[in-house]
Amino acid sequence: MSEQQQKKKAGVFDIRFVIGGLLGIYGVILILLGLFNATEEELARGDGLNINLWGGIGMLVVAIAFAAWARLRPVVVPADPT
Amino acid sequence: MLRAADDTFRLNADFFDYTIIALYFAVVLGIGVLARRQVSSSLDFFLSGRSLPAWVTGLAFISANLGAVEIMGMSANGAEFGVATFHYFWIGAVPAMLFLGIVMMPFYYGSGVRSVPEFMRRRFGTGAHLVNALSFSIAQLLIAGINLYLLATIVNRLLGWPLWVSLIVAAIVVLSYITLGGLSAAIYNEVLQFFVIVAALTPLTIIALHKVGGWQGIKDKVQPGPEQLSSWPGTDLTGIDNPVLSTIGIVFGLGFVLSFGYWTTNFVEVQRAMASDSLSSARRAPIIGAFPKMFIPFIVIIPGMAAAIIIPEIANLKSGQGDAGGATYNDAILLLMRDLLPNGMLGVAIAGLLASFMAGMAANISAFNTVFSYDLWQQYVKKDRPDGYYLGVGRVATVAATVIAIGTAYFASNYDNLMNYLQTLFGFFNAPLFATFILGMFWKRMSATAGWTGLVAGTAAAVAVAFLSEDAFGGASTGVLELSGQGASFAAAGAAFVVDIVVSVVVTFMTRPRDPKELEGLVYSLTPKESLVDPDEGSLPWYQSPTKLAGMGLAIVIVLNLMFR
Repeated sequence: MSEQQQKKKAGVFDIRFVIGGLLGIYGVILILLGLFNATEEELARGDGLNINLWGGIGMLVVAIAFAAWARLRPVVVPADPT
Repeated sequence: MLRAADDTFRLNADFFDYTIIALYFAVVLGIGVLARRQVSSSLDFFLSGRSLPAWVTGLAFISANLGAVEIMGMSANGAEFGVATFHYFWIGAVPAMLFLGIVMMPFYYGSGVRSVPEFMRRRFGTGAHLVNALSFSIAQLLIAGINLYLLATIVNRLLGWPLWVSLIVAAIVVLSYITLGGLSAAIYNEVLQFFVIVAALTPLTIIALHKVGGWQGIKDKVQPGPEQLSSWPGTDLTGIDNPVLSTIGIVFGLGFVLSFGYWTTNFVEVQRAMASDSLSSARRAPIIGAFPKMFIPFIVIIPGMAAAIIIPEIANLKSGQGDAGGATYNDAILLLMRDLLPNGMLGVAIAGLLASFMAGMAANISAFNTVFSYDLWQQYVKKDRPDGYYLGVGRVATVAATVIAIGTAYFASNYDNLMNYLQTLFGFFNAPLFATFILGMFWKRMSATAGWTGLVAGTAAAVAVAFLSEDAFGGASTGVLELSGQGASFAAAGAAFVVDIVVSVVVTFMTRPRDPKELEGLVYSLTPKESLVDPDEGSLPWYQSPTKLAGMGLAIVIVLNLMFR
């Protein structure tokens, strides 16, 4: 078994990209909703706190952190022992 | 157990919310499909080929437990009892998780067993094994049904689908990702679920705190008074009026017997750690899980406490005045979502709740299929077949378990109270299990007969206390002992523990001990010390060393207890 086969990387199937990807998409959707779709009535419910916008920003930051982690410390999948 | 949802209110989800929920389900099923590519043997399917990193198994460890009862039940307790609810996390979980990682995991992982009942068989033979494997399997089917039922009632309330449609759709989603990818898919989804649940509850907590005026606002407005802000002695929680006895009940009943019994012997949890890539990873899994576990109550209990102030229905329910509109404490989180969250964040919150209930059910089913295939089918029905045969049995067991869970869920929707008592009953199997395990791990003289007689006697003692209490089995309880609510289950667990130890010791001295050669790797004094730690453990950095991490965890949980005393 060659060295190259043993150092196969998990790539986009790394669970960290999956988590980061989902949270990132959520973040973008929420930021857009917070910026363009926030009605006065909705904001009044939370006493003026635009939770879509701030929650979205928070999720986007977490998503970027996951992606960075997965890029900097990639998972090395050991080759099939068979 | 949580009550059935009444049709008292609906959450008004719109297109954006549905998009967010649909995205979540697409990713869940995608993980199942991807994980399928890697499943090549039965060890892959049942224990993920023992190849997962510690942070993944650690988060899965927490997530498997972060089901309906945890989120709805603990926010309900927060709304009703206040800060005392923190005991369920800081006393009732964290110490036991650290103990599992430090003391017990080396035996589980190091002995190479594939399940907790298998450890039981090798230590005590088939008598104790059969008791353990059967009670565990039946309990998992029951609990999977309860989780499914709750999942379906929430879908029903959120989306307005009829209960039976919700039941079947929810079951199909869970079934498809477990049968496709086995334990890997279940674990990866649990990790994803963990983050979705946190992403759902954190904004809800922030907006609820903003509305109520921050922690200071809760301090000023909490009803009926400041006793809701201190965790000790927790007399409201235990239902024991005497503060000293109440403290003893929390420390010994909840903190020691119930929690150690649950966390250290429950294969649903232990299975996640057994899927780790090395012994030190396996030991780290529950320890890493203990850190998020310390902070989950902040996003579960605090919203509950805020709901009791700002949600009129819950506030009325708590004060006993005004109209509660049919709401129960279990609705605290749902009512907060309805009143505070805008569309968009509402979708994330719904996805988080669905995630949580699916995590619970998937965990029950994946633990069930392992125990059924290895411990019941391979041991007692068809031995010595090729590996692929048991993989097939596992897949069939998964499908069968899901179908049975749908049946159990239907049953649960009709006999709410009965399910509640059954759950109490199965809780009683854990307390004596812990006593038997800990005795068996450290006392080589303990005989095989002592193993199963201790278990049976301990469980019988717990059931007896429950019947003698005021309400542990509802109308069937006689009320001879003046114990009710949580206090009764703490007492039952304590009795089970003590009786198990006494019977095991007495029976051991009347029976022959096992040959020490058979017990190597299973009993502390007969196991070479090297095999209990990883050879490279000394060279690991502090953040990978199980003992150092556990020490830190213990320190933090003590500080948290002092802060909220």
